Amino acid sequence: MLARIASEVRPVLDGVFNAFYQYQDSFAFLVLSAIGLAVIFGMMGVINLAHGELMMLGAYITVGAARSGVPLPLAMLVAGAAVGLIGAIMEVLIVRRLYGRLLDSVAATWAVGLILSQGMLILTGPSIQGVASPLGSFRVGNTSYSWYRLLLGAVALALLVALYLLFMRTRFGLRARATIQNPEIARALGVDTARMYTVTFALGSALAGLAGGLYAPTATVVPFFGTNFMVEAFVTVIVGGANVLVGSPLAAALLGAINAFLAQTWGLYIARVGLLVTTIIVIRVLPRGMSGLVDRWRLRPTGAR
Amino acid sequence: MAAATDWGEMSAMNRRRRALSSENLAFVLFVAFMVIYPLMADEFSVGNVAYFLAMTLLAVSLALIWGYAGILSFGQTAFFGIGGYLYGIFALNYDWGGATLVGIVVGVLAGGVVAATLGYFMFYGGVNDVFVGLTTLALTLVLQTFMAQTAGPEWAVGEARLNGYNGMSVPQIMVGDTVLFGRQLFYFHLVLLVGVYLILRWLTGSRWGYGLLALRENRERTETFGYNVRFMQVQVFFLAGCIAALSGVLYASWGGYIDPASMGLTAAVTPVIYVAIGGRRSITAAVIATMILLKLSQSLASSAPEYALVVFGALALLAVLFVPEGFILSLLQALDRWVFRGGRRRRHVAPQEPAPAQPRRVS
Repeated sequence: MLARIASEVRPVLDGVFNAFYQYQDSFAFLVLSAIGLAVIFGMMGVINLAHGELMMLGAYITVGAARSGVPLPLAMLVAGAAVGLIGAIMEVLIVRRLYGRLLDSVAATWAVGLILSQGMLILTGPSIQGVASPLGSFRVGNTSYSWYRLLLGAVALALLVALYLLFMRTRFGLRARATIQNPEIARALGVDTARMYTVTFALGSALAGLAGGLYAPTATVVPFFGTNFMVEAFVTVIVGGANVLVGSPLAAALLGAINAFLAQTWGLYIARVGLLVTTIIVIRVLPRGMSGLVDRWRLRPTGAR
Repeated sequence: MAAATDWGEMSAMNRRRRALSSENLAFVLFVAFMVIYPLMADEFSVGNVAYFLAMTLLAVSLALIWGYAGILSFGQTAFFGIGGYLYGIFALNYDWGGATLVGIVVGVLAGGVVAATLGYFMFYGGVNDVFVGLTTLALTLVLQTFMAQTAGPEWAVGEARLNGYNGMSVPQIMVGDTVLFGRQLFYFHLVLLVGVYLILRWLTGSRWGYGLLALRENRERTETFGYNVRFMQVQVFFLAGCIAALSGVLYASWGGYIDPASMGLTAAVTPVIYVAIGGRRSITAAVIATMILLKLSQSLASSAPEYALVVFGALALLAVLFVPEGFILSLLQALDRWVFRGGRRRRHVAPQEPAPAQPRRVS
């Protein structure tokens, strides 16, 4: 009797686990692709179109370090730090000169991205030998799953929590939020906003580099590695809006569900088209994305006042 | 200063200034050179420059949308591809005499309609600035990945197999029973380019064109003046989509072929780079810069193809940082100042009203 119930319930549970696994995979992919872009956009209003190329650099540095004997997790952190440094240099040399000229900063960061990816192609050729996906796999029912993909989901959540703590519980976060809200007053109160922008740009770049490193073992590492993440990063930031702490997770939660469902049913390409269509509909209804929706809810008129 | 001048006087002054300027002179010289070029060049070079002329329209569409209306679109290559594919699908399915000419119209309108639809969702949703860039870039990426997977036999429209990454072969343009090629095709492209150019010069000098400049400078202000800003944005997006699609139609019919790479990320970079280097605020500068840079890119491609994009990326970066008006346009403006000391100079001497106190921007 019990055995019969178990054999009935088992496939259902397997299906539930499968759906959960696909969902968290999509969620992690969207969050990790977008988080660096979202931090920079939320703080400075600048869209860093070299984002994909910074992820590519992170992947290259991770693979390079790992293949010369550095343990893989450490290699990823090294990649994050190195790309963060590159981001800081980029901000000081280029982005800083273009404040107040948003479209120009978009064009300029795109040119930087082009130089980085083409330069990498010239330096290292069309592809380099990657590293194997760590941690192996496990089975549920008849399907085999990767531990590493589950770990990525946990890392994505951990990064979101870390960002929340950074922006809400530290002095840096306080200054950062002041700069976002009103740069003139923040400056008048003694916040070095120029330095805040440099640090934020470095932080966003470091997150991009780390994300590139995290995904390096799952894909072939090529100079155009970054373009794999571009669509997902853009739609998450567009749907999320300016507030990285609230908007990005909500956007990833919504888009992740759509992406996982479509990818499972009709395949990866249709899923991308679905993401784009969803995004275009969302911007028609919510031009400021999920952040705008949350703001409107928080500032809703209440009966008492 | 415009407050002291009424509209009629202002436009008369502009007309005088516009008639003899280095910009007009440069375009007249360019067209004159292009008219005689096929008479002195060999067949291959003529075909090659016909390709340049087709690609120039893509840069013109971006100059219109970015330089005049202040909308940075990375979707022009997507409309380019849609134009090329739709032209091909139409021309493959119908083979009566004028079918390819109707195909041109179909391709152009297809690009325009997709642009207008996307524009409606963006501009009426209140999406602007960098978000337009992101959304259009996402469109480009998605279209490319989508077209790349259409390799199977199930992806066909009537007679037209899309063929995924291998690309689709496209019939050439025919007038009656004669296929346009060589010099005929060259002049066909040239006439279309000059036609589009003249229409755009007329449009950008019209009331509507001044409205575009106004909304580029300040959308809220333009809206309070009673302009329907969103509708104008959709209009200009439609127009630029049509021009980009025309470019795609000419490109596809010229080569007899179109593939997803021609609308992909690398392709999307090139018009932005050409226009940034040339000068986005002038269609003339965009035309001239595109012709020069395409030539340069071909000479680089024969010796070191990978370096071409690095060189262009660096040039575009330098232009954005240090010569924001673009190299060609700055040159033309310098000529204007030193040679044609026209209305532009007088404007500096005119007494200026004291600027009103700027209202603080509340964000």
